[in-house]
Amino acid sequence: MEFTIPTTIPLQAYLALAAVLFCTGVWGLINSRNAVRVLMSIELMLNAVNINLMAFSNYLDGQLIRGQVFAIFVITVAAAEAAVGLAILLSLYRNRETVDMERFNLLRW
Amino acid sequence: MTISSITQLICFVALSATLVLGALGVVLLPNIVYSAFLLGGVFLSVAGLYLLLNASFVAAAQVLVYVGAVNVLILFAIMLVNKKENLAAIPGLGLRRLLSGAVCGGLFLLLIRVAFTTPWPLPGPEPVGEEATIRIGEHLFSDYLLPFELASVLLLMSMIGAIVLARRDVLSSDVITGEAVDQGLIEKERTPLLLENSPR
Repeated sequence: MEFTIPTTIPLQAYLALAAVLFCTGVWGLINSRNAVRVLMSIELMLNAVNINLMAFSNYLDGQLIRGQVFAIFVITVAAAEAAVGLAILLSLYRNRETVDMERFNLLRW
Repeated sequence: MTISSITQLICFVALSATLVLGALGVVLLPNIVYSAFLLGGVFLSVAGLYLLLNASFVAAAQVLVYVGAVNVLILFAIMLVNKKENLAAIPGLGLRRLLSGAVCGGLFLLLIRVAFTTPWPLPGPEPVGEEATIRIGEHLFSDYLLPFELASVLLLMSMIGAIVLARRDVLSSDVITGEAVDQGLIEKERTPLLLENSPR
């Protein structure tokens, strides 16, 4: 099979890009010590999902763009999540004087 | 989209390079302020990708909500909790990073395989292009009306929840005597609810 440079952007390019973004987000979510960076990684993962939704909406569902409506709902939920998450983070910081994820281990057995 | 396909391709390559490098910077940079600003760059390049995908309304919403609200909120949180602290070394950190990297690489390979082996029904219907905003409005007020209203309730709930969680309980005057209270004293007297040497 001969490799040719495509003249239009294929759907798979968007899916691969979203996969890279999602995996970066997962890695950051697991490995971050700073609680703010964990929230940023969650935002990266949500954006990856949104890219997938928008790509499918454009390539496979061009007339009823349901993917775009879903992406709007995802953006709404992400905004709510960021607000509540950062409020919880501030409350945690006030009680424990740290943002190190390794020290939020009160419930660990 | 009215621009030529070669221009679209160049824009896609530039935007995806910015996106991947920015995302790696968000995760890997040691200074969290740089991470937060790079996160804004990532959000902007995602908005550019939405423009390439004929979605001008969602691109505008992305810029307004993510860059304008979420990123600014994250920067505020960084300013509020910005204390230099030397993180205690934990054993097996390198091994943990390697293991999680392997897990994420496996997940990535799985996603790539799914994306390239699934027979997508391409080409789909012709995209609506510039009419997308009208279609979104029709969707939001007909078949997606209930989720739309639920989203408004969710936003109200999260707003109240964030205020309740992040509020500092400080009274401006003494309850009994009615005199003004020294604010600095209250700030100093706040005691951590969970002490560091509490039983685990």
